[in-house]
Amino acid sequence: MKKIKLYALSTCGWCKKTRAFLDDHYVKYEYEYVDLLTGAERDRVMSEVKRWNPRLSFPTIVVDDTEVVVGFNEDRLREVLGL
Amino acid sequence: MSSQEAQKLYERLKREAEAAGYYLNPDVDFVLDLMEGLLTNEKRYGYWSCPCRLAEGVREKDLGIICPCDYRDADLDEYGSCYCALYVSEEIAKGERKPQPVPERRGTMPKPPVEKHEEELVGFTKSGIPVWRCKVCGYLCARPQPPLKCPICKADRDRFERFA
Ligand code: SF4
Repeated sequence: MKKIKLYALSTCGWCKKTRAFLDDHYVKYEYEYVDLLTGAERDRVMSEVKRWNPRLSFPTIVVDDTEVVVGFNEDRLREVLGL
Repeated sequence: MSSQEAQKLYERLKREAEAAGYYLNPDVDFVLDLMEGLLTNEKRYGYWSCPCRLAEGVREKDLGIICPCDYRDADLDEYGSCYCALYVSEEIAKGERKPQPVPERRGTMPKPPVEKHEEELVGFTKSGIPVWRCKVCGYLCARPQPPLKCPICKADRDRFERFA
């Protein structure tokens, strides 16, 4: 099973589409709504995202701590997740 | 599952967009979610920070990403939609094409060079009235101060710059 981490914003339409896509494909994932975090926790998660995606844009999907998909790019997601 | 408030905001933005030659995404549910996002950010920060970007929560720092953001028109031209896909091209509005993911443009636009001869470059009309440019839509006007709201795209006064 792949380990999937989704960094998202609770207000963002593409992030919502990404979650729906993962749910529709029965993909298990962890997610973090970065806009809902505060203080040190927010800083920590923001630097985590920046390591994978220096633009700090959302959604950012990290797969198995090795691959990253930036934005809701269905084709890339299919490819990386083997769907 | 959207609030009445979101519905109202949607109708208002749609009307304003169409009056100014813009189009909203025809996927109404998607747009209503973005309206909720704008309303949430208005409650959180006091201004319409872009729902698809992480706000700092300080108006001056987020100025460029207050909806409509500084990048909307460039992204519409290049990708057919704004970053959030709230505003779309006519083609997408008519359902002839689907919006595609738009890479984040923020931070990639070259900063205007620091102007050494600022005085000479700043524009005035012949009668000595300063010219102002809306950074969102490019609207130009000549008056002592920029308007409170851009008459074209409704951006606030602080989104205007002096036009050289
Ligand atoms: S114009 Fe689009 S990308 Fe820009 S702030 Fe508004 S919703 Fe976000």
